[in-house]
Amino acid sequence: MSPAPLLICEHCDTVYRRISLARGQVACCARCHFVLERHHRLSANGLLALTATAMVVFIQANTWPIITLGLNGQQSSATLWGTIIAMWQQHAQIVSVLVAATLFFFPLMKMLLFGWVFWFARRGERGPGFRGVMIVLHYLRPWTMSEVFMLGVLVAIVKARAYFEVTADPGVFAYAALTVLITVFAGVDFRQLWDVTAERKP
Amino acid sequence: MSKLPRAAELGLIRCHVCALVCRDTQAPGAACPRCGARLHRRKSASYSRTAALLLAAFILYIPANLLPIMRTASIGEVDDNTIISGVVELWVKGAPDLAIIVFTASIMVPMLKFLVLGLLLVCGKCGSNWAQHQRARLYRLVEFVGYWSMLDVFVVALLTALVRFSVFSSVEPLPGVVFFGLTVVLTMLASMSFDPRLIWDCGCDDE
Repeated sequence: MSPAPLLICEHCDTVYRRISLARGQVACCARCHFVLERHHRLSANGLLALTATAMVVFIQANTWPIITLGLNGQQSSATLWGTIIAMWQQHAQIVSVLVAATLFFFPLMKMLLFGWVFWFARRGERGPGFRGVMIVLHYLRPWTMSEVFMLGVLVAIVKARAYFEVTADPGVFAYAALTVLITVFAGVDFRQLWDVTAERKP
Repeated sequence: MSKLPRAAELGLIRCHVCALVCRDTQAPGAACPRCGARLHRRKSASYSRTAALLLAAFILYIPANLLPIMRTASIGEVDDNTIISGVVELWVKGAPDLAIIVFTASIMVPMLKFLVLGLLLVCGKCGSNWAQHQRARLYRLVEFVGYWSMLDVFVVALLTALVRFSVFSSVEPLPGVVFFGLTVVLTMLASMSFDPRLIWDCGCDDE
């Protein structure tokens, strides 16, 4: 299925005729300089592999402790879920829900849904529920904040260092890897899946 | 440069969910044939929604800064931290680089959002075509940096979970952090409900 011949800039409503992009090329709006389209370096197969990698790293980032503090021989460590539960118990339920949503549920949903659409996109098909999944992904896009959390971990380490012995646990490295993967994903316009896939023939 | 055609002039609409170029049938409640989303030429009630969310965010931003966001307690000593005192503490404790990052994320970015979105609203309402390129760039900047303000919320959450040495040392979150988290969410919603196409609707000034 060939993509539509026209393209409209999301930020200023200017209409363009679509041209095919070579490797590394980016189409920018001549009026407002917003990125219209990028060339896709990764195939659906590559994206599926990347999603699977992100999934593995995400599980590690969430099960391994992130930081351990030591004070007079006592030790205390935290995982992401430990953080969420601690905030809930300390009467900051709103924050607890925000943290759980932006760092756990939304990223998890995003990865599962990406996995689902890429799995079928390998053969140029749309899986069951493709439309709903793509709509959910569209609204989920700005609400995952794992990379901000990574920076938060670094700030917390520096703040705690003044009073405690701080050990960075494997969870930090998993978060670092996740941040790199998120950066790779940020360049992928998954909306192009609408153009490159077709409804399955019954 | 020849005049660049705009979708509204050609009777076209871009679906905001799947980016399909659709013909504008003018029918109320028309839906995108590909994804089924309601088609609209501009985000609905963009000015009033953005203004309302921005105002709400600004109201919450005041207690977020005045109230302490976290309490550190060690034997016989209780210390309440606000956002700004956290930055000062980082600076004094010998991490000025991180102090600058936290200052940027917690103070500069929210302020920038209030100023930029306020400016965009005022300019749009006046129908001005002043500095359209710069305004478009400012909007993209706000969209891009918006969610980094959650940094301080995550730091407080992490320290609360970590520092639990009963009487010797503990950290607990205080109401300021809740207000701050809500401010960030509301400013994100505000910048999402602003329609950047409105910047260009008052006559395009193409050189």
